[in-house]
Amino acid sequence: MNLDSKIPAGPLVDKWNNHKAKLRLVNPANRRKYHVIVVGSGLAGSAAAASFAEMGYEVSCFCYQDSPRRAHSIAAQGGINAAKNYQNDGDSVRRLFQDTIKGGDYRAREANVYRLAQVSTNIIDQCVAQGVPFAREYGGLLANRSFGGAQVSRTFYARGQTGQQLLIGAYSALSRQIGLGTVKMYTRHEMLDLVLVDGKAKGIVTRDLVTGAVESWASDVVVVCTGGYGNVFYLSTNAQGCNVTATFRAHRRGAGFANPCYTQIHPTCIPVHGEDQSKLTLMSESLRNDGRVWVPKNKADCAKPAAEIPEEARDYFLERKYPSYGNLAPRDIASRAAKEVCDEGRGVGQMVDGKRLGVYLDFSAAIKRLGEPEIRARYGNLFDMYENITGESAYKQPMRIFPAVHYTMGGLWVDYNLQSNIPGLFVGGEANFSDHGANRLGASALMQGLADGYFVLPYTVTDYLAGVPIGSRPSKEAPEFKAVTKDVNDRVAKLLSINGTKSPRQYHKALGKITWEKCGMARDKVGLTQAVAELQALRADFWKNVKVVGSGDALAPELERAGRVADFLDFGIMMCLDALKREESCGGHFRTEFQDSGEAKRDDAQFAHAAVWEWQGDGQLPVRHIEPLVYEETQLSTRSYK
Amino acid sequence: MVQENEKEVTLALKLRVWRQRRCQPGAFEEHALAAVPTSASFLEMMDMLNEQLIKAGKDTFAFDHDCREGICGMCSMTINGMPHGPLPGVTTCQLHMRNFRDGETITVEPWRARAFPVLKDMIVDRSGFDKVIQSGGFITVRTGSAPEANNIPVPKPVADEAMDAAECIGCGACVASCKNGSAMLFVGAKINHLNILPQGQAERDRRTLAMVKTMDEAGFGNCTNYGECQAHCPKSITLDVIAKLNRDYLRARVKEFFSSTGKPSKGGD
Repeated sequence: MNLDSKIPAGPLVDKWNNHKAKLRLVNPANRRKYHVIVVGSGLAGSAAAASFAEMGYEVSCFCYQDSPRRAHSIAAQGGINAAKNYQNDGDSVRRLFQDTIKGGDYRAREANVYRLAQVSTNIIDQCVAQGVPFAREYGGLLANRSFGGAQVSRTFYARGQTGQQLLIGAYSALSRQIGLGTVKMYTRHEMLDLVLVDGKAKGIVTRDLVTGAVESWASDVVVVCTGGYGNVFYLSTNAQGCNVTATFRAHRRGAGFANPCYTQIHPTCIPVHGEDQSKLTLMSESLRNDGRVWVPKNKADCAKPAAEIPEEARDYFLERKYPSYGNLAPRDIASRAAKEVCDEGRGVGQMVDGKRLGVYLDFSAAIKRLGEPEIRARYGNLFDMYENITGESAYKQPMRIFPAVHYTMGGLWVDYNLQSNIPGLFVGGEANFSDHGANRLGASALMQGLADGYFVLPYTVTDYLAGVPIGSRPSKEAPEFKAVTKDVNDRVAKLLSINGTKSPRQYHKALGKITWEKCGMARDKVGLTQAVAELQALRADFWKNVKVVGSGDALAPELERAGRVADFLDFGIMMCLDALKREESCGGHFRTEFQDSGEAKRDDAQFAHAAVWEWQGDGQLPVRHIEPLVYEETQLSTRSYK
Repeated sequence: MVQENEKEVTLALKLRVWRQRRCQPGAFEEHALAAVPTSASFLEMMDMLNEQLIKAGKDTFAFDHDCREGICGMCSMTINGMPHGPLPGVTTCQLHMRNFRDGETITVEPWRARAFPVLKDMIVDRSGFDKVIQSGGFITVRTGSAPEANNIPVPKPVADEAMDAAECIGCGACVASCKNGSAMLFVGAKINHLNILPQGQAERDRRTLAMVKTMDEAGFGNCTNYGECQAHCPKSITLDVIAKLNRDYLRARVKEFFSSTGKPSKGGD
């Protein structure tokens, strides 16, 4: 597998500018002769599709939702980072770069992260010009806040709906191009496979989710921006439709999948309430500024109402373990600490599956200190949302929270140009692996999606197209397209014909149970080895016993779900293998064997690399390759929050 | 309360759910569903019904849903005659079963509007909304051509008002609740978001005229001030955005009439 990262030579600060100056261009009159396919319409996909169309390419964009405006980027709450230094507090491109690479526990590619910090400032300009209503100060200039424990205020935000507003901005740019006829938008279309001609990505095969029609599309380049794979855990903060299918189908056609074991668990989500739950809801991290996290010291108190547990019988475990950071300890640390106390049997809340998985986030001290009106002013909307979902008032009793899967740092392997190891297949946003290492910092996901879509892909894809002869685009009547279309049709037919006894959702739940318990917040060799075997058995059972109702030639939600679960099953095996082979702890990947009394213990000598997996065929285990991570200007150090 | 959760309260429900295939007439089907936890969301209750149907070898009910946290705007059900159900200011996905009674009959049907044809069961085609945005719901700015962000000061009250309008999630409950099937709350929200910002002035008139024209062509009705849209909007967008839409539309038409070319002026004011 060719894993040449193509990092440009020269000092870190000059790499991107020098590289841009050398990238080839396409004559404006020739651009319309190239067809660019963009899959996904979130921040990265919408931004890329709009930008390509403005440049003059013929663009087709696909999404599974009924409108491009609904992609899950919309759910991001907190904000977007940019090194504007509007607050005069010492921020700079270099500092944003350093924070991001350290936050990723030194497992991201240095050159990519530096570029991300560089273009972050252009993103804010672009979004403001589009009419994104960022928070303002009374003087009319942009407001900032500090987020995710950063020492500077570099986060731009639009109330608690920053993702929504940024996506609407990108969607409006995309919509303008659709209205002009330069982008053809295909909603309710799901990419089910990638077509390679002579080893290059030359098109995709989709299913029209309304009519069931399986169609192929020929292009000169394919750009995949289809998000992350958090739903491999069944319960997550992701949207129901988020899936790994587009990237995994590309993986099956030869694209390397990097670091699938890097998943981010967010500490403040509303706990699971029952077996029929479909979704976990995030409560903003900002709540930890005024809430105190605790559980009872004695197991016997766990079923009692919080008010009946006296102060001396409460264990404020974050304050106890991390006196200097206390309740504001970073996401991965706070999550693991909550899991530990629940594993000891000291969790609170409803018994689900024989366990109480929840800890208290208590505002009573803050209410006493500041008064209820002040707490209402700070967090009123969050308290309302909590009451809406749980039926409990957090003014009267403590909130219950528990960690949940939130974001996935792994993704398709890409080089500096965001091109995968398949020529002509580019990957942007959460779908690629390059910028967040083993842990993503708050307010960095939106930044990366828009950086890729607006300011990286338009340059690098153009360079690729400059080397594609005009008129060389294959016809979709070519045998390669026919063969892939047949594969897709066969698979749809197979799923519909098994007619077993268990629903796709039952398999998805079973999958989530295995991955969450054995490849969740804490992992070990024994559990991961078991998980691989259990997932292989589950996969075999799926293809014998799944029952998919509905028909292939109409809207069939169960068929959609079955196809996605099938890919998640294969993907889950690869994720557990990746976690098994990475014999160290770093960021969100915590192997219990590798720790210094509870803290993650990296092994830079052996594991300062990206692990890249190569598909070997159905029923075969994938093969692991590595891309060494070269740090030219960064000193690797150990994170400590004690 | 923690103690109550030990034994979960459940409901037995009778459900009247709309079943329709594309381009065919539809009808209600009745189903009984037992042991629905009050902590479940409405969509989780629908998931339970679907799992029950799969066990019986029957086709499931199709419904749109995605983020299940009230922001994507995908979910779209009329529950007991009300878009997004009985609670004010929430989407269907944020409605929980503790708002219903044991033994209750619940009627579930799609958005009902001429401009939103049914694709299957509760799934409708809302592409009319996208067409309205494509005709003018944007500020023209090419990637890379934006000026430095703080070169465009926006007074805080203006930014806040734009944000109030920009919270619209494009779900279509306004259209579904309106006897006229009017989309003016949706269009008014977008107009109010973009037309009051300094960045939006250059295209103010042409935006307003184009969006209203497209709205009419897409089959949406006109506003006669019933106010149902405001009552059912999950983001609590208020009727004043329609007044402001009317104002901006009138302004643009007058300017169009008096301009020498008969076309909307290219400038702002």
